Amino acid sequence: MAASQVRLEGVDKVFMAGTPPAPLHAVGPIDLEIRRGEFFAVVGPSGCGKSTMLELIAGLTSPTKGTISFEGTPIAGEVPDGVGVVFQDDASLPWLDVRSNIDFGLRRSGLAKEVREQRVRDVLKLVGLSDFATAYPAQLSGGMRQRVCIARTLVMQPKLILLDEPFGALDQQTRLLMGDELLRIWRETAATVFLITHALDEATMLADRIGVMSARPGTIIDVVETRWPRERDSTIIQHPEFGVITARLWKTLRGESLKTMRTGVVADEGGG
Amino acid sequence: MSRLGWYRMIVVVGLTALLEVLCLAGVIDKITMQAPHLIIRDLFRMLVSGRMNAAITKTLGNTLLALVLALGVGIIVGALLHRVRTLRDTLDPLFATYYAVPVFAFYPFLIVVFGLGDLPQILIAFMLGVVAVIVNTLTGLDRVPTVMLKTARIMRLSQIDTALRMTLPAAGPHLLTGVKLAVAYAFIGVIGSEFIMSRGGIGYEISFAYANFDNATMYPLILLILIASVVINGGLSHWEHKLLARRGMR
Repeated sequence: MAASQVRLEGVDKVFMAGTPPAPLHAVGPIDLEIRRGEFFAVVGPSGCGKSTMLELIAGLTSPTKGTISFEGTPIAGEVPDGVGVVFQDDASLPWLDVRSNIDFGLRRSGLAKEVREQRVRDVLKLVGLSDFATAYPAQLSGGMRQRVCIARTLVMQPKLILLDEPFGALDQQTRLLMGDELLRIWRETAATVFLITHALDEATMLADRIGVMSARPGTIIDVVETRWPRERDSTIIQHPEFGVITARLWKTLRGESLKTMRTGVVADEGGG
Repeated sequence: MSRLGWYRMIVVVGLTALLEVLCLAGVIDKITMQAPHLIIRDLFRMLVSGRMNAAITKTLGNTLLALVLALGVGIIVGALLHRVRTLRDTLDPLFATYYAVPVFAFYPFLIVVFGLGDLPQILIAFMLGVVAVIVNTLTGLDRVPTVMLKTARIMRLSQIDTALRMTLPAAGPHLLTGVKLAVAYAFIGVIGSEFIMSRGGIGYEISFAYANFDNATMYPLILLILIASVVINGGLSHWEHKLLARRGMR
């Protein structure tokens, strides 16, 4: 397996929350390495700080303690070059058509217009939206809008793609199909994928390794290797190992989820 | 045109026709009002002769100036208040009750301070409009989804790029509501104050014609104001409709 791309060392995040403001230990301490090119998923009880962890890696927020590095360079409260994020909430821009949405980040890249157009065409094909280039997000379904956001991330050719429950708002069948597409995109782009999800089967089906988070303050309490072949799709859910892995995840998580329910701290920080 | 559009047209044409009949039949006498076809004819003659051009230019110019001021100041103040939570919370009740204060009451004071020129009229129109712009700017900025601002950071947009390419279009529909109100208030403010005290402008000419029983001037000018406000508001509404339809908000 290739070298580590993201490295979290003793990372803690404490928020000031509530009225009057009181310190809230959201995540940590977390020590984790994400390998270059792997598909890493994180599961955990709601409110355990999954989204906070993603925002830390994305550089959207700074750790209170510890260091996070991307490709060997510490992330200092700024989004590093080569990192793309797809959020759970629809982040398509309603005032732009699909093509301009995808071109949005590219426009200031300094690339020639023809190069940009070619790249937009390529990702449109990759996410299966070629026929909708001139449509506006309002004319598309939720799944298609999420694909617009994925395309907008992919067009920047990121080395690391962070996904925060991107299929959370979609129905089960669409999720399975989007999962297939995500796997295909992951293979074709060779990027590292870091996926946050609350769906255990989704994590099992998609990831090479799955990090299991504890109740708040969220720490990584188990890392499960799936050992799936790189060539795989949603039919893998028939595999006997699939049930075994999902069961192991649930065995670890059940106690943590109960803790969350008992203390009633399901304070939702944007889904995480 | 839609079915409702036709209905509206029928109502307007019907009422105008009724007025015409009442005037021609002498139910409404000539000193009270001219027949609509005469008003239209007189307006046409007035515009051709150009004798009201100075008044029209003055009113439109002052309205535009007040509008630009209200929009500029309103959007900047709104954006600043959006960032300074305490100041905003302090001023919020003031904004909520602002339109309960008849701004025209300040007219004498403004004349004392700024004299009889155009400035007091522009200031009244500005004062009427600016708070509507501030309030709608704040609403617009509140409604910008957090995920879009996060997206801007992921795309590593500069602050100016974020403001112009993300926040502004995202808040657009609300800003447009502010613009529409500001246009209406600018007209009301300028023409209203021309009525009270001014030496020119459409409002002044209407009030002058009224004092001289000059219906041939008064009614065409009223019609002119009506046409101007309907055309401008209709244009803005049409634009807004297109904008919202594209976003699936209509």
